[in-house]
Amino acid sequence: MIAHSLSQCHATVRPFAVSVILDIQDLQRSFGHVHAVRGVSFAVHTGECYGLLGPNGAGKTTTIELMEGILKPDAGQVRYRGNALGPQFRAEAGIQFQNTALQDYLTVREQLQLFRNMYAHTDGQCRDVDELLALCALEPLAGRDARKLSGGQRQRMLLAIALVNRPRIVFMDEPTTGLDPQARRNFWELVRAIKAEGTTVLLTTHYMDEAYQLCDRIGIMDHGRIIAEGTPAELLDCHFGDRVLLLPKQALEQAITHLDWQPHGEYGEILTNDLEGTLDQLRAAKVSLAELQVRERTLEDLFLHLTGSELRA
Amino acid sequence: MSAAPIKSMFRRIGALTHARNVEFIRDRSALGWNVLLPVLLVAGLGFVFSGEGRPLFKVAVFPTEAAQARDDHPILGLRYAELVGVADREAAVRKVERHQFDLLLDANASAYWVNDSSPKGYVLDNIAGGQGLTRNQVSGAQVRYVDWLAPGILGMNMMFSCLFGVGYVIVRYRKSGYLKRLQATPTTAFEFLCAQIASRMLVIMLVTVFVYVGTDWFLNFRMVGSYSLLLLVALLGASSMVAMGLAVAARVQSEELAGGLLNIVTWPMMVISGVWFSIEGSPAAIQWLAQTLPLTHVLTAARAIMLDGAGLAAVAAELIVLTAMTVVFLILGAALFRWGRD
Repeated sequence: MIAHSLSQCHATVRPFAVSVILDIQDLQRSFGHVHAVRGVSFAVHTGECYGLLGPNGAGKTTTIELMEGILKPDAGQVRYRGNALGPQFRAEAGIQFQNTALQDYLTVREQLQLFRNMYAHTDGQCRDVDELLALCALEPLAGRDARKLSGGQRQRMLLAIALVNRPRIVFMDEPTTGLDPQARRNFWELVRAIKAEGTTVLLTTHYMDEAYQLCDRIGIMDHGRIIAEGTPAELLDCHFGDRVLLLPKQALEQAITHLDWQPHGEYGEILTNDLEGTLDQLRAAKVSLAELQVRERTLEDLFLHLTGSELRA
Repeated sequence: MSAAPIKSMFRRIGALTHARNVEFIRDRSALGWNVLLPVLLVAGLGFVFSGEGRPLFKVAVFPTEAAQARDDHPILGLRYAELVGVADREAAVRKVERHQFDLLLDANASAYWVNDSSPKGYVLDNIAGGQGLTRNQVSGAQVRYVDWLAPGILGMNMMFSCLFGVGYVIVRYRKSGYLKRLQATPTTAFEFLCAQIASRMLVIMLVTVFVYVGTDWFLNFRMVGSYSLLLLVALLGASSMVAMGLAVAARVQSEELAGGLLNIVTWPMMVISGVWFSIEGSPAAIQWLAQTLPLTHVLTAARAIMLDGAGLAAVAAELIVLTAMTVVFLILGAALFRWGRD
């Protein structure tokens, strides 16, 4: 069913030629008998935000680490601006890992200074530490021991480190996992600001709202493969032409109607391509519409549709 | 290679070295442990062994095999005398001068050497005097156990600092993901390893000099040789053991395994490299094994300089061995090094 879904949907052909910054061809990687990545191919366009979505264990982190050159693939290749990964890529890429330990006992400012010194300082390539502190709202924390930051503050510092070399492409592996809603929204604003500068962003997440908010295009992974790819709107249009009507379960149970509906908590869900017609049928069945809710399909629905499972967060 | 990449390389090495130094200095417990432990050990053991607690006479016998023939001469049959066969008579004479041997018997020449200022030597002199042996008298101040022990403690502290301070730390960095983060920058493995060596060497040399000066202040070690030569021995010794730590930690991912491997390496050095007692007279296999350990060469050279005033030529062999060990361990460590799990 999954392969069928993928074959049915094709991303819209864009009117203008796009520049590919990262080209991934048939990546494969196993750990012992576990096939973590099973032939992943896609391209990341210059200046876009590309999201790799999927549950834990889908192969997102392995895929992104293969793209970063941290892991070596068993087969396939990654090309950055037309070339194999090498010194140019390391000089021009910024990476924020999912779990990163840093040198102990250094302050936020010292951490940024340390990583700034890892890069060439020619042609103003590196950002000043003060600029980074301002960009990532870390100024009040500059003198604090980096081990004593909160989760959101730490993620902002790790992003600042990833931006120290003014990268052309930034990789972020589940950057907002474990953050509270306010910290997540603050982080999203940062990502939007980086993207507005023309930086390409590649992020993995298992938050569908995050992908919807930030990503121009997404690839949904499961079991080591990309099972769907496109813009969020394309994917939703392709897979769903319907809307969701929500009514109290009790109201639907009491009504005699031939409409299919699925229980969802205290509500029942009706999927329909013909909103007016369905409403007429509900009225005819004397179902009260006082508490009716209508919603569009979401990426969450898409994920359930494609994988047949809840997000394994 | 143009100047810019070389400048970048040195900036990276400098930055990593500085960061590691800051980490070490701000970690008060590690700093305190590295400085206080050797001071306490030297002072404590010096106090414990300062009395007349050792009941045995120590008699050196030349040539070595003569020490086995206890019936050949009355002196060799003495009860409560430890006989040590020696192959180098002149070296043994110097040890009589320093009270490390109470008497030296040359079985071939029917002659003996005693120190006129040694109480034990006086007793043995009276026994040997009536046996028809030619008497040779030497003089010299006693080398206390603490004089002999101090290089051992300093060397041992250096060994632990080198091996655990580099080996264990690299494994911790690898396990925590810090190495993976560095791998994502233009930093090379060579640059990272150079920074670890530079940082640890700096720390070790400063701590060793500080501990030496501090303990010498109240124990007043015997030091009759060249300080610059002693510093060279310390530098080469630390280099060889830091490189050894790199080789051990090159690809280990578990701190438990690293701890086990480092203990396997350090314990033989603790026991048979001559930290606590001389391995003269021990089985040939033990002496051969000791020669494969860098600490043995560090202590042999350091004691020769401090106690005998040996010059460069006298310790050249030890310096060459330490240099060779440094090169071999560095090549091994660099070849085996892995940033992370891949």
